[in-house]
Amino acid sequence: MSDALNIGLAGLILGLALWSIVAREAFAAVEGFMAFGLLLTLAWVQLHGIDVALTEAAIGGGLTGALLIGAATRLRSTEAAARVEGPGAPTRWLAAGVSVAVTAALAVGVLALPVPAPTLAPDVAAHIAVTGVGNPITAVLLAFRAMDTLLEAIVLLFALIGVWSLAPDRFWGGRPGLRQQADPNGILAYVARVLPPIGVIAGIYIFWVGADHPGGKFQGATLMAAMWLLVMMAGLADAPPISRTWLRILLVAGPLVFIAIGVVGVVTADAFLAYPPGIAKPLILVIEFALMPTLTLILGLMLVGAPQRGPLP
Amino acid sequence: MLTTPGGTLLVMAVLVPFVGVLLGLTLGGRHVWRVAAVTVLAGLAIVASLASMLLQSGDTVVYLLGGWAPPLGIALRADSLSVVMMLAVAVVICGIGLYARSDFGSVAGAAEARAPFTFWLLLLAVWGSLNLVFVSGDLFTLYVALELVTFSGVPLVCLDGRGETLRAALRYLLFALAGSLLYLLGAVLLYGAYGTLDIALLAERIRPEPIAWSVAALMTVGLLAKTALFPLHLWLPPAHAGAPAAASAVLSALVIKGSWFLVVRLWFDVMPGVVTLSAAQLLAGLGAAAIVVGSVVALRQERLKLLVAYSTIAQIGYLFLMFPLAFDAGGSALVHGPALTGGLLQAVSHATAKAAMFMAAGLVYAALGHDRIADLAGVARAMPITILAFALAGLALMGVVPSGAYLAKKLMLDAAASSGQWWWEGVLQGGAVFTAAYVVLVLTHVMRRPRGPAQPLKRVSRLSEFAALFLGLCSLLLAFAALGPLPGDLVKNPLAPGELGTTLLVFLGGTLLALGLSPQPLLAATRGGPLRRTMTRAGIAFEHSDGFVRRWPSASIALLTLAALFGWLLLARPLP
Repeated sequence: MSDALNIGLAGLILGLALWSIVAREAFAAVEGFMAFGLLLTLAWVQLHGIDVALTEAAIGGGLTGALLIGAATRLRSTEAAARVEGPGAPTRWLAAGVSVAVTAALAVGVLALPVPAPTLAPDVAAHIAVTGVGNPITAVLLAFRAMDTLLEAIVLLFALIGVWSLAPDRFWGGRPGLRQQADPNGILAYVARVLPPIGVIAGIYIFWVGADHPGGKFQGATLMAAMWLLVMMAGLADAPPISRTWLRILLVAGPLVFIAIGVVGVVTADAFLAYPPGIAKPLILVIEFALMPTLTLILGLMLVGAPQRGPLP
Repeated sequence: MLTTPGGTLLVMAVLVPFVGVLLGLTLGGRHVWRVAAVTVLAGLAIVASLASMLLQSGDTVVYLLGGWAPPLGIALRADSLSVVMMLAVAVVICGIGLYARSDFGSVAGAAEARAPFTFWLLLLAVWGSLNLVFVSGDLFTLYVALELVTFSGVPLVCLDGRGETLRAALRYLLFALAGSLLYLLGAVLLYGAYGTLDIALLAERIRPEPIAWSVAALMTVGLLAKTALFPLHLWLPPAHAGAPAAASAVLSALVIKGSWFLVVRLWFDVMPGVVTLSAAQLLAGLGAAAIVVGSVVALRQERLKLLVAYSTIAQIGYLFLMFPLAFDAGGSALVHGPALTGGLLQAVSHATAKAAMFMAAGLVYAALGHDRIADLAGVARAMPITILAFALAGLALMGVVPSGAYLAKKLMLDAAASSGQWWWEGVLQGGAVFTAAYVVLVLTHVMRRPRGPAQPLKRVSRLSEFAALFLGLCSLLLAFAALGPLPGDLVKNPLAPGELGTTLLVFLGGTLLALGLSPQPLLAATRGGPLRRTMTRAGIAFEHSDGFVRRWPSASIALLTLAALFGWLLLARPLP
């Protein structure tokens, strides 16, 4: 029974992947991609990768899907013209042929992978006690490989600077995106009033349990960012001007606190990003707590886009 | 393996520029430039002390992050390769910072502006990211480093803000991301097969088997796309066409070196026994094609900046010639040796010289308001320092004594001769002739006497001119710096008959190429000759084929085809 379910799931995922590639309209392709993300989440659940499933749902399907829908909507008017310029049938067949060949070669490689796969899981289990956290994923992300997590927060910040840099010069320092207008008594405004309190609580919960159970700051922050975007879309709040000092401080607070705690480790525990024994868990929580607003703001602002309005009202 | 003394410097080399970005972002406004200046000085000091430490002890510097040893944790390692690259990048960043002072400097009392804010923050971002590429000992951290480099490099392309530069930036972003994904796929497969991502541990565990071959092919091709090696260079010319000169210098001199360095790490340090001589021949073959196509199309350009951009494609090709020359005597494994030293020297001299050339081209544009090569008459007289910087950089790239490229060529020629690969000797010498061709072409135009009244020139910043000159000089005098660790008899007297003869031959060949291929005839006498007609026709054919290769469908299919080809060449190894 379970095998049949899994095979069906895998088939659907492949079908949707194919649909996203061959769909003629960008919008249809994006819809296929979002459904693909949702099913991929299920696949991760089936593989007992709950943390990965949460991330896939929040970032892979949700956030990326929202970005792609925005892009597809904007591209709608130019799509017919782009299709005329597209490659002809021979090129398409050649591309398909080469892709199939590479996939087949890859499949040979993947099938030759050792079974059981070599893993560091026992190593993680042996050392997790030192970190004080119960979720092995959190231990990897914030202790054993904390540097990667720090660098990824910094990557996001660079990406945001990149998004901002697309602003017209005269709007530099101004508010990102366009002011959203919605019927104050409409359904959107209603949802934007009712949902965020629940969403924010859920976001904080996912973040808080991340120390010992599946969850964490990235998934929690995505949920919080989604609530913020909802409020902005309903016209109940406006995006802050990018020159605001509080905004800039919150944007760098996460990485700076992370680095500061890392430097404390040099003094107290003999290595950058090492935690002194006994207080590892509190320090990890401080880092996650500082990263939470930073990530929420970066993810939200990245979706809103470059400044499009004058610096000050 | 434990943290060695001085290992903290590795963490600092990566994080000090990043902290600079964070502080600059918070303080904003006019402070961004000051933060950048302080950070550049601090970073320079860090890299210098790291280099002096490594020069004294000669041992690899290691740092275990969080005190966790690989495979569980991440190690940072700096060997001589890393430190040489870090030094070169630090010097070039300094030069670019000085150059950009006048373009992106702050005006007292003015509000924060978009372009300077973005430029200074991203300059620091590129620096920290590249340092991470050079010192990371873990393939996943290297993936993050690649993303950091890409995300800090792409916005530099569209700093100008015009529509066509946005298109160019998007082109670069999408192609570079495709490359990153291929690399990431390779990293995932490696973990699945060997249970670690640490370079040192992988080197012990990896075996020549199907999974290692697929990984090598995927990662190599992904990185080539990011490095813009022909035929995967679709993003490079448009990216340079509209970027400010300082940004072009960052992209061409520094950003592409990150992914190139990673190819070197993969082939020499992760899988030296997995890669095969035939795969290395393909890699160098692409390099040779890049030299020919890039140089011919460079000579056909009408704008100085695009000429420099296309010559970058040729020089990227040069960086891959060392791979087949660095195999051990039996041709079964790559070894650290003279050929690798040569390749590294080539990269360093290219980084300094190319930055100088882009700066010079930018200054010419700023002074004239255009950079049409045919209309550059009289510029040498009006801007002698700028033209001197261009000429010195050109001489350095040609491989005239005592430039780094000279030593590089010498080392690689020796390696080619000793391994009996005579065909690469031809390519190495031919590359110098092509470089000579476009230097001669530009210098002939700028040294002409203007026909009409002198063109009105805008004043350019002296500081910028001297920054370009400084980097040009660095490249030309690189051999002296490299001689510390290398045997002294490598540098010959430049006026000895043999050396002088080679230099003259290179110049002669270059002049002939320039005469035949330039879009506007260099000399009235050559107008309409049969040879010139044939060469012009050939040049146009090269331009067409370059245009074809740079279309999205061709480049994407080339990407996958190359992956398949590399996989096949790795599979087809000689029987022991």
